[in-house]
Amino acid sequence: MIPITILVLGVIGIVAAVLLFLAAKKFHVYENPVIGQVEELLPGANCGGCGFSGCHAFAVECANATSLEGLYCTSLPKGGMLKVAEIVGLAPSEAQKKVAVVKCGANCETRRQVNIYDGVSSCAIEASLYQGESNCVYGCLGNGDCVKACPFDAMQIDPVNRLAHVDFDKCTGCGKCVEACPRNLCELVAWPKDRALVWVVCSNKDKGAVVTKECGLGCIGCSKCRKVCPTQSPAITSFLAYIDQNTCISCGNCIEACPRHCIFSSSPIEKKEEESVTETTSEKL
Amino acid sequence: MSVKTFHKGGIHPPEEKLTADSPLRELQVPEELSLPLSQCIGAPSKAVVKAGDIVVRGQMIAEAGGFVSAPIHSPVNGTVKKIEGVRNPQGLWQEAIILVPDAENPLADESTPRTKEEIEALSPQDIIKLVNLNGIVGLGGATFPTHVKLSIPEGKYADYILINGAECEPYLTCDDLLMQTEPEKILIGASLIMKATGAKRCIVGIEINKREAIKKMKDAASKFQSIEVQPLKKKYPQGSEKQLIYALTGRTVPAGCLPVDCHCVVDNVATAFAIYEAIYLQKPLMERIVTVTGKDLSGRGNFKVLNGTSLSFLLLNAGGLPENTGKVIAGGPMMGRAVSFPDSPATKGLSGLVVMPLSQSERKESEPCIRCSACVMACPMGLEPYLFMQQAERNYWEDMKGHGVLNCIECGCCSYSCPASRPLLDWIRYGKNMLRKMK
Repeated sequence: MIPITILVLGVIGIVAAVLLFLAAKKFHVYENPVIGQVEELLPGANCGGCGFSGCHAFAVECANATSLEGLYCTSLPKGGMLKVAEIVGLAPSEAQKKVAVVKCGANCETRRQVNIYDGVSSCAIEASLYQGESNCVYGCLGNGDCVKACPFDAMQIDPVNRLAHVDFDKCTGCGKCVEACPRNLCELVAWPKDRALVWVVCSNKDKGAVVTKECGLGCIGCSKCRKVCPTQSPAITSFLAYIDQNTCISCGNCIEACPRHCIFSSSPIEKKEEESVTETTSEKL
Repeated sequence: MSVKTFHKGGIHPPEEKLTADSPLRELQVPEELSLPLSQCIGAPSKAVVKAGDIVVRGQMIAEAGGFVSAPIHSPVNGTVKKIEGVRNPQGLWQEAIILVPDAENPLADESTPRTKEEIEALSPQDIIKLVNLNGIVGLGGATFPTHVKLSIPEGKYADYILINGAECEPYLTCDDLLMQTEPEKILIGASLIMKATGAKRCIVGIEINKREAIKKMKDAASKFQSIEVQPLKKKYPQGSEKQLIYALTGRTVPAGCLPVDCHCVVDNVATAFAIYEAIYLQKPLMERIVTVTGKDLSGRGNFKVLNGTSLSFLLLNAGGLPENTGKVIAGGPMMGRAVSFPDSPATKGLSGLVVMPLSQSERKESEPCIRCSACVMACPMGLEPYLFMQQAERNYWEDMKGHGVLNCIECGCCSYSCPASRPLLDWIRYGKNMLRKMK
């Protein structure tokens, strides 16, 4: 009995294998091998930072492109795009690294909690219901929709002050957090290569008198930052300062001048150009 | 006495009609009134006064901002202090007109009632126009401009006017009180609606826990032809339009359609009363009855509240917040929203303020779904709330739409009935919002 079983199954196996072989030959679809090679290099997070629907779509685009201009994976480590260019045999593209910044920096000491939210732990739902736990209707809600959206583990909610933070080393500028934040607190800005990033950690558009009641850190639109800035980078609209990254030179004057301490920098700025500071002040005088 | 109700789903929350026997209480005129420009569904109104202007009671201070919009009237004689942003009960900013009432006779009124001949001469279009000009919106809580409801689209007709006196929300008693005190005026309002829409019959639906109201309304209705009063079984959400239409007429409003598609127009008793006041007394909508209630609230009762009175003033007059307060809810406990900013003003849509003790207002921790289908049984629209929540958590918006999430009336029966305390309605609302944004 047993030898017959083995024989029958063996014959079936061989016939099936031949059929599969023939089918594979007949229905074979050719795919450019370059696509697979490029895709292997990519992070596979499908973040969409390149503007395509995912890593595969980006790889297809690279393989078919005649020039790599405009094609750039923000998530690749340094030199990654060079390797991609090597594979496809084109000149590599250059793109400025971007990072996300959170435009709220008010912790629970500066921005007092006035009620308790015990609903669903989702910023989008909390924002659709009411003002949030503090009186500021612009500030971070701290439920971490951005953390859930980030494919690179670059966002964290500080467990103590329940405020979103970006890890600039991990951030690739894909923009998922920008979409996820219901209060539009995340913004992609150009990452300066050789200096610190300086930005305003407030999004409150209310008048100064109202802001001071709501938050100990909020921007009141006093424009002191603009006055001390040698390049006039901060612009004030709706009682809120916004620093233009194209002109900012990271001198740190505004950080010192801000009476509300709502301008942060990505790394401490050492004062080296003592003269230029005095120059600008003497000009004013 | 035959008692009707709707067939699908529904829940029986405790009644807690603590203020059912409280008489109507008038309040002092507050020192300042702030009237938000956005008091109804649709476009916000446009202010027609400026700072320093002197206004009289009943004067229009903001005009309608579009067809689906309603004007706003000054409830007092006084001066416009300024127009600026104030917070609504949820703490969000909105534009408002700030009025300072006169020290003497702020409520003195010089409008004269219309004569019988004048009223009889009004055509249906005139009535709809007057309803619009007097700023009347649905007072059940949804604040949909009433003139839009009364304007029957071309090619459609209405044969039933349904007056909603169900008041199925726990705690609230403002409609009950109105039906007990002004039954005839409500019915006059109802017959004006009949005239405006051309409907031939009118049914007033009242839940049987309001025996006194049913008796008074029945007595009054005996003087009117073609108006009848129908007692309804006690069940939430009976006061919802589609449920009420089924209960009273047996008709089902198809998905995505309006009541007028099954030839019904539904209006709240307070809206009918406001229409009476507007047409007979020439008095626009500028005050309403608000139930301020709560188990531990010492001075709870039904108050006549001027539009724009601050909620904290109301609570103060009702005895002040007790120490164990956990939440104050604007509206009923089922449909209402928690108040996070008590200094915000009362608007046309405010039917009640419910003060909940901390022990009752805290949410229980959400646990995993056990597939008991309690939410499916409770849903009056025949939907599957447990599924919507899972879809919303995974951002499957199109699937939610396919399963009919847009038919959800947000009554909260699902969240109420869930033994695992899952926040079903929060996710459903979120899904509906996302679908609306995608459009």
